Amino acid sequence: MHSAAPNLSDNGRRSLFHPMESFFVRYRNALVLLTILLAQTLLLAVQVRDLRGPSQPDGRKVTLLRSWAVAIVAPFERLTTFTGTGVRAAWSDYIDLRRTRQQNADLQKEVARLRLEQAEFAEDAAQGRRLQSLLDFRQHYVAATVAAQVIGTSGMDSSRVLLIDKGADYKLQPDMPVITPDGIVGKIRDVFPHTAQVLEIDDPSSGAGVILASTRIRAIVRGGPDGRVQIGNLTADSRIKPGEVVLTSGGDQVFPRGLKVGTIESIAPDRDRQLYTLIRIHPAVNLSQLEEVLVITGTQPDLPPQAQQDLATGEATAADQKAAADQKAAALAAEAQRAAALAAERLPSLNAATNPDGSPAAPDPAAADPSRPATDASTTKVKATPAIHPDRYSPGETPAAADLAPGGNNPNPATPPPAPTPTSPKDPQR
Amino acid sequence: MATRSYTSRRELDEHTFHPAVAVLVPVAFIILQALLPRPFPRLAILDLPLLATIFFAVSRRSPIAGTLTGAAIGLLQDALTNQYIGINGMTKALIGYAAASIGFKVDVDNPRTRILMVFAFCLLQSALLYLIHSRLLGQRDIQILWLHELLRAAVNAALAIPVFFLLDRTKADE
Repeated sequence: MHSAAPNLSDNGRRSLFHPMESFFVRYRNALVLLTILLAQTLLLAVQVRDLRGPSQPDGRKVTLLRSWAVAIVAPFERLTTFTGTGVRAAWSDYIDLRRTRQQNADLQKEVARLRLEQAEFAEDAAQGRRLQSLLDFRQHYVAATVAAQVIGTSGMDSSRVLLIDKGADYKLQPDMPVITPDGIVGKIRDVFPHTAQVLEIDDPSSGAGVILASTRIRAIVRGGPDGRVQIGNLTADSRIKPGEVVLTSGGDQVFPRGLKVGTIESIAPDRDRQLYTLIRIHPAVNLSQLEEVLVITGTQPDLPPQAQQDLATGEATAADQKAAADQKAAALAAEAQRAAALAAERLPSLNAATNPDGSPAAPDPAAADPSRPATDASTTKVKATPAIHPDRYSPGETPAAADLAPGGNNPNPATPPPAPTPTSPKDPQR
Repeated sequence: MATRSYTSRRELDEHTFHPAVAVLVPVAFIILQALLPRPFPRLAILDLPLLATIFFAVSRRSPIAGTLTGAAIGLLQDALTNQYIGINGMTKALIGYAAASIGFKVDVDNPRTRILMVFAFCLLQSALLYLIHSRLLGQRDIQILWLHELLRAAVNAALAIPVFFLLDRTKADE
């Protein structure tokens, strides 16, 4: 071969390798495309083989790819968020303070109202805890949270993922619940050194165990293809109505029990699965415009100290309120009693009998005898005081009906005699 | 800069870009795509990475460059989601290849052609994504909302005109 090679001219060499070379040259574009597609198909196969769904964190190799991508994008997102937050803070803290006083007054009223509500709930909470201890029910309360800022999204409406500015540096871990004071947001999907991915509850691959607040029906919420939160695993039930509050049930081992998920928006038959209903949920949190979230990093079986203090304050307020209410009721009762006594003094018929000289009359022996039945007030004969100027209407002046005779002379007629009419000039007696 | 001598219409229509432009524009589009839906949720309907893929593919007129650009943009886009990495990479690699291939045959500088091209490629991307999810990954419960996809294609086609007009100014040989 080598001895023959120098004898070959350029044209001869080209003719020697012509078939293969022309194949690669001719189909170079398609071959590159096929290679790229094949490589990515293998990449997909590796990921699918892990049997991790899109809601679970990736394997180590894939995490590395995502970590690189996030490392490229996150600094820009962080810078943009920082700039936007700074501008908004400068505007709201220094310039736009027009309604601050009014807001402050409104908030103070709100705090006062919430204190009263807290006092009302405190007793229920205490009773609930007693019942839980009786049933040996292990409740998990939120013990520790990490506040994080949302710095980006996935950028695709088919993937409801947020990027937050806290990661492994704050000891975040996959599957930690993410909430706001209004309700749940989702859970941590993947954690990077300084950032983390949050899978929102409206993503099709997400899921959360919930319970309907009034009917106590358990279900699973997940994201629909149109990006709306829905329940699809319940059969038709007439008790379920729009407006019912949906809470986390704690059964998924991710979200603590009792966090608000949203309210039922509509109920309709599921077109794809005949037996089931499609219940759309209006999320308690505006998932499309989140700025700050709380990641629950720890739960505990007892109430946290701050919550215990709040509960104690609520119980004390409830006790104060109860004492004040009792005092008010006692004062009202005393007032009513005093008014009744005063009225009794002013009504002669209700007075105890007195002698003409003003001294109290001797008590009626019949009334003092407990063996005799009590006299009904309606049957008691009322003794009226004598009139100063008696007339025919005065008690005792009218004779009894038995003494009256039809057409007879009535000494004191009940009807007055007719008034004399004016005399007519034709009167014959005149 | 090296002087080019154009000997054919193909060479005349091929454009080159400064390496910084070729790297930073797609990255900037991906970052914008991740940032914009946060303050303006309705802007999630935009697909700026797709516009970048189409623009660079039709401008370079090179199927290999279009394939590689599309694959890189798609993979970076996938990495920011919770989906398997490679779904958008495959889709955009195919679209980059197709866009570069039709660049030889039609006048891609005409605004009407650009609108039609972007509209068609948006729908093609939706169809490819559906096929990958349902056939390749076996996700039988995946649904495609065609009305939404048509709206998305129309919005992106409308957006492509000003975006392409701005990106035309980044061509190194202009």
